[in-house]
Amino acid sequence: MANVPEDLHYSKDHEWVRVDGDQAIIGITDYAQNSLGDVVYVELPKAEDEFAANESFGSVESVKAVSEVFTPVAGVVVKINESLADEPETVNSDPYGEGWMIRVKMSNPGEVDSLLTAAEYEDFTKAETE
Amino acid sequence: MLEAIGLGAAEELFDSIPQDLVLQRPLDTPSALSEIELLDRFEQMGARNAGARRTSFMGGGAYSHYIPTIVDHILSRSEFFTAYTPYQPEISQGTLQTIFEFQTLVCQLTGMEVANASMYDGSTGLAEAVLMAERVTKRSKIIASSAAHPQYLEVVRTYVQHAGIHLELAQFDEQTGQSWKSLAEAIDDATAALVVQSPNFFGCVEDLGALADAAHARGALLIVAITEAMSLGLLKSPGACGADIVVAEGQSFGVPLSFGGPYVGLFATKEKYARQIPGRLVGEAYDKKGRRGFVLTLATREQHIRREKATSNICTNEGLIALAATVYLETMGRRGIQEAAHQCAQKAAYARRAISGLDGYTLPFTGACFNEFVVRGPIKSLELLSRLGKEKEIDAGIALSRFMSDRPNDFLVCVTETNTRAQIDALVGGLEQNRAR
Amino acid sequence: MAITKVTSHISPNEQLIFERSQTGRIGYRLPALDVDEVPLEIPTEFRRDDDLEGMPEVSEVDVIRHFIRMSTWNYSIDLGMYPLGSCTMKYNSRLNERVARIAGFANLHPLTDEQDAQGALQVIYELQEHLAEITGLPGISLQPAAGAHGEMTGIMIIRAFLDSRDGAAASHRRTMLIPDSAHGTNPASAHLSGFSVKTIKSTAEGLTDLEHLRELCSHGDVAGLMLTNPNTLGLFERNIKQICEIVHEAGGLVYMDGANMNALVGVARPGDMGVDVIHLNLHKTFSTPHGGGGPGCGPCSCTKELEPFLPLPRIVKSSESTFRLDYDQPRSIGRVKAFFGNYGMMLRALSYTLTHGNDGLREATEAAVLNARYVAAGLAQDYDKPFAGSPMHEVVFTDKRQSRKGVHTLDIAKRLIDYGFHPMTIYFPMIVQGAMLIEPTESVGRQELDQFIAAMRSIASEAVENPELVLNAPHDTRIGRLDEAAAARKPVLRWKPKQDT
Repeated sequence: MANVPEDLHYSKDHEWVRVDGDQAIIGITDYAQNSLGDVVYVELPKAEDEFAANESFGSVESVKAVSEVFTPVAGVVVKINESLADEPETVNSDPYGEGWMIRVKMSNPGEVDSLLTAAEYEDFTKAETE
Repeated sequence: MLEAIGLGAAEELFDSIPQDLVLQRPLDTPSALSEIELLDRFEQMGARNAGARRTSFMGGGAYSHYIPTIVDHILSRSEFFTAYTPYQPEISQGTLQTIFEFQTLVCQLTGMEVANASMYDGSTGLAEAVLMAERVTKRSKIIASSAAHPQYLEVVRTYVQHAGIHLELAQFDEQTGQSWKSLAEAIDDATAALVVQSPNFFGCVEDLGALADAAHARGALLIVAITEAMSLGLLKSPGACGADIVVAEGQSFGVPLSFGGPYVGLFATKEKYARQIPGRLVGEAYDKKGRRGFVLTLATREQHIRREKATSNICTNEGLIALAATVYLETMGRRGIQEAAHQCAQKAAYARRAISGLDGYTLPFTGACFNEFVVRGPIKSLELLSRLGKEKEIDAGIALSRFMSDRPNDFLVCVTETNTRAQIDALVGGLEQNRAR
Repeated sequence: MAITKVTSHISPNEQLIFERSQTGRIGYRLPALDVDEVPLEIPTEFRRDDDLEGMPEVSEVDVIRHFIRMSTWNYSIDLGMYPLGSCTMKYNSRLNERVARIAGFANLHPLTDEQDAQGALQVIYELQEHLAEITGLPGISLQPAAGAHGEMTGIMIIRAFLDSRDGAAASHRRTMLIPDSAHGTNPASAHLSGFSVKTIKSTAEGLTDLEHLRELCSHGDVAGLMLTNPNTLGLFERNIKQICEIVHEAGGLVYMDGANMNALVGVARPGDMGVDVIHLNLHKTFSTPHGGGGPGCGPCSCTKELEPFLPLPRIVKSSESTFRLDYDQPRSIGRVKAFFGNYGMMLRALSYTLTHGNDGLREATEAAVLNARYVAAGLAQDYDKPFAGSPMHEVVFTDKRQSRKGVHTLDIAKRLIDYGFHPMTIYFPMIVQGAMLIEPTESVGRQELDQFIAAMRSIASEAVENPELVLNAPHDTRIGRLDEAAAARKPVLRWKPKQDT
C-alpha cells in the first residue's frame, strides 16, 4: 500500500505539494516512484524559471521509462533539490522528504484548494489500479 | 504441422487476409538459382567493374587502406555476425564488451569524453550532430564550411529541411583551400554551431583551435567532421583543439570500399552532453556477485522509450562494421595507426612534390594536407582521368567538376600506405604523358 | 594428495583489451616506407602530441584470442532458434557472404565512373526490380541505411508530396496518425519530418479502430497514417483497404512500416492494399546479417505518384544492359546518405532472392507463419494470449497469469536462457502487459519448436511450483542480471587508465 501523508495536497499526475507560507514544495508521490522503478536521473529546471499550473517542469527517468513531471500550481522556481543530481534514488527512498524536487513561490496560493486531499488521492490511485 | 494447428492446406494460413488481396500468381521475379549458377552470375557482374582492378588514388570520402587478414576472419564468427542487438546482456557480453572497446577507442582517437555505438556513416552522423547542437543550444542557425564534403552537406540539408534549422555556408579561401577564417567571421549570437571538416574535401587541414575559440566566445558549439579517419593518427585530435562534437567516417579502419557501404559513423562529444547524444550507448555494470559486465544504457534518450521526443530515430546502426573498426584499431594499435598515418602523409608529400614539378600541373591550394590534395592539370580532368584509367589502368583521382562547375581542370588525389613508390611514379609518368589535348 | 580443481580459465574472464595491453607489443607489420622521408608541411601545432596514449599495444595472437573468447559469450542464430519478435532472425546464408566479398564489388570505390561500375549498378537495379515486385510499389530507392532511416525517408516523401500538391495549405496538414502499438521509431521518424503525432486506438481484437480513425481524419489536418501490417501483435489488418480509403479521402497518405514483411512476401502486396509508401528491412525479411546491431538496409518503395520525391541519385537503365545515375530529379527530397547506401547488404539481399527464387520466397513466408501458429497453439494452455485472432508470423502473449504469482515477463525471459534459448522480444508492443513477442521465422524445424514450447511450458510450471528458480534466473551464464539502474545513474561509457594517486 503506497504511503499518502495527510498533510499534503495531490494532483492526478501523482505530484504532491507541501505549503510553506506563500511557497510550495513539490515532488512525486510514493505511488509514482513505485510505478517508475529505480530512478536514475531527474531533470530539473533552473531557479527563476516560471511555470503555469499543470505545465511540465522536468522529467524523471528510470532505466526503462521516462515521465514528465508537472507543477500542480503556478509559480516561479525559488530553489531546486541539487542533491538529486548525485543521488536520484532519493526519490525512491524518501519521495516526500529528501526526494523533494522544486520549491516555487506561488503566483496564486489559492490554487492549492482545488488539488486533491490525501483521501481523495488515495481513492484516485485505488481506481487507477483496478 | 498444419494438422497440429487444425488446418488442411498451406493457403489456410492466410485466411485472415481478404481473398482479393492474396496473390493468385507467382511473383514476377526469377526462379531459384543453384549456388554454382548464382556465383557465376555475380562473378560476371563483378567483372564488369573495371574500377575495382585499377591502381587507385581516389579518396573523397572513401579510402583504400590495408585491411589485416584477421579482421574479416573475426567478423565471420557466427557469434558476432548472426547475433543481434544485445537486449539480453547475460548472453550478449561478446557484443557489448566489443562495443565498449569501440566507444573507448573512438574517444581516444578523437580526444573526446563519450562516444556512441555508431551511426550509419559520417554523413548521417554529421546531420545528427547538427540536430543535437540545436537541442543543446536551443538556437537554430548552423554555419557550415563550403569545403566540407558536398554529399555530407546534401545529407545535412535533407535532415534539417523540416527541423526549423537555417543552414548557411561560409566560403573557402581560393588560395589556401581552407575555410576556417570565413567560418569564424560569420558566427553570431544566433549560431548554434560551426561545422567544419578537417582535413576538408580538398584535403586541407583547418585551424580547429581558432574555430573552437570563435564558437565558444559566442556560446556556440564546434562540430568537426572527418572523412579520412586515418588522419587522426597524425593530426591533433579535435577534442584537444576544443571541439564539442566530433563525427567521423570510420571506413578507413578495416572496412572495404564496397561501392560506398556499409560504412560506420563515429560520434563523440563531451560528457556534459551525454544525455543528448543520439544512438546506442554501452556502459559498465555489475551483477549481484560483483562481476563486471556491460549493458545498453541511458536508453531513455532513444526512440523505443522517448518516441517522438527521442534524441534520434536510430535503432539498428552499424554493429558489425564498428566491430571491424575495433578489430582493426586493436590489431594496428597505438604504433600501427601512427605508422600508417605517417606513411600516408609521406607518400602523399612525395606525390605532391613530383606532380608539382611537372610542366602544366599546379597545386592550386596552399593549405597543408594530410593525404589528399587538389591538382590542376592542363586539360579537362574528366578527360585526363578517363585516359589514365583506360591506358594505364590507374584511377588517378576524382574530378572536382563532378561536384562544382567552376573547376573543370581540378582533380583530387589521395595517397595511402597501400600506394607503392612504383605506383606513384607510374601516376606521375602518366600525368606527364597526358599533358596534350 | 589434495587435488586442487582449477575453476576459472582466462577464457570466460577475458578483460578489456586496454587491460591486456603491454607497451612494445605490436600486431601488424607494414612494408618499410619506400619514399624519402621529408619534414611534413603540417605545422607542429596541428600535429598529434599525445602519441595515442592509452590505445592498446597487443600482438596478433592477443587480438585473435581476445575476440574469439568474447565471441563465445554470445548467443547467435547459428546456435539455434532466436525468437526475437519483430526482428525476423532467420538464417544468414554463407553464400551471401561469399558474394559480398567478390573483389569486383568489395574493392570498388563509390565514386568510380559509371562506365567502370556497370556490374555494381546492375546489382542495385535488379534488386530494385525484385523489391518493387514484392511490394507492388514501383518507385524505389535503396539508399536508406536501416529501417528507421527508410521510415524517415518515406515520411519526408509524404511531406514533400503534400507540400507540392497543396502549396501553402499543406502547413495545416501536419498530423501523423500512429497506432498505440507502433514501434518507437515511427513517432521519432514523424517528428524528424516536422509532423506532430496523434495516437489511434486499437479495438479489443487488437486491430485499428476504424471509428477512431474516421474521427481523427475528420479534422482536415491529417497528413497520413503510419501502419505496420501485420501489426506488432502479429495480426493482419483485414480492413486495410478500408483504412487506406479513409485516409485517402481525408487527403492523407498511408505509410507502411515493412518490418513484418516476412508474413507477406509472395502472398500479398502492400501496393495492392492501397499503401502509398513502405520501407523494408533487408536485415530482417531478406536475411542480411544482424551483426550485433547492424548494418541494416532500409529501402523505401512508393507509388508512381510519389516517385519524383525519392532520394537522389536514382539508378536507372539507359539501355537493356547499361545503367546510369539519374540526378535530374528536381522534386527529390534530397540525399539521405553519402554514396549509394549500404551496398554490401544489397548484394546479400539480391543473392537471397535469387537463392530462393519466386517459389522459394513464398514457401519461406508460409513456413514462417506456420511456425508462429504452431508455437501459438503449443503455448495456449499455459500463457494468456491477449488477442483471439490468428497470428501471422509472430505471436504475442502476456504475463498476466504468471504475474499474479509474482513472476513477470523479465523473469520468464531470463529463465528461458537457462534452457538454451535466446529470449523473445519483451515489453513490446507496449499496449500488452508484460508482452512476450515470439517470432520463430522459417529457419526453425519442428523439433526445435517443440523444444522451445516444452521449455516455455516448463517455466510456466516452475512459476507456480518453484518461483525462486525463475526469479533468480539466469543461473548458468558467466554473469547474472546486471544492475542497470546503477549503470544509468553513474554511467561509465569508456575505459580510462587508472589515475596515479
